[in-house]
Amino acid sequence: MVNILLYTSLVFIGLAIILAVVRFIKGNTTIDRIISFDVLTIISIALIAMISYMSGRIIYLDVALVYGLLSFLSVIIIARYFEKGL
Amino acid sequence: MENILDIIGAIITLIGSIFLFLGALGLVRMPDIYNRIQTGTKATTLGTLLTLLGILIIMPEWWGRLVMLMIFVLITNPVSSHVLARAAHYIGVPLTKITVVDKLDNKNLNIVPDENEKNNL
Repeated sequence: MVNILLYTSLVFIGLAIILAVVRFIKGNTTIDRIISFDVLTIISIALIAMISYMSGRIIYLDVALVYGLLSFLSVIIIARYFEKGL
Repeated sequence: MENILDIIGAIITLIGSIFLFLGALGLVRMPDIYNRIQTGTKATTLGTLLTLLGILIIMPEWWGRLVMLMIFVLITNPVSSHVLARAAHYIGVPLTKITVVDKLDNKNLNIVPDENEKNNL
């Protein structure tokens, strides 16, 4: 029961990744691509947490935390570059 | 017979992943960049929080890092979306055609106040 529900949510997360990649390829402006990159990172945090549960290793949660930190920093830097220049 | 808490946690994880899917769907279907920022940040924040909460219910001994991840996502997502929207408006990305009001636009700063505001003045 638990495994069926978790695999179903993995399917939904995979569909979400596919839709975000569609916007990443199709995006009209650069900001669109940055948004879809941010959404991909947020989805990946949830995905890494689920993989960490399925494989039973807590060390993957640290990977998710560092990944989120780097993504946040890069989004802030890109937005500031668009606004004022480096 | 499996533990009832595991099933509750798995259902919460499923709801969170559905929210993630709906956020990404809105990212494709929304007409405007600001609507995309809105749907791509709020819905995915809720989805990630629900997914991490479900895993927290399934594995309670991992509470430290999961709570840290939840607080981190809850703080950093609104900040990044706000900064992105401000940068997009600054470089002049056009709004969609059915936008009612744009309060950051410079042309709207000299608007004559309507009757109620005149009475208040």
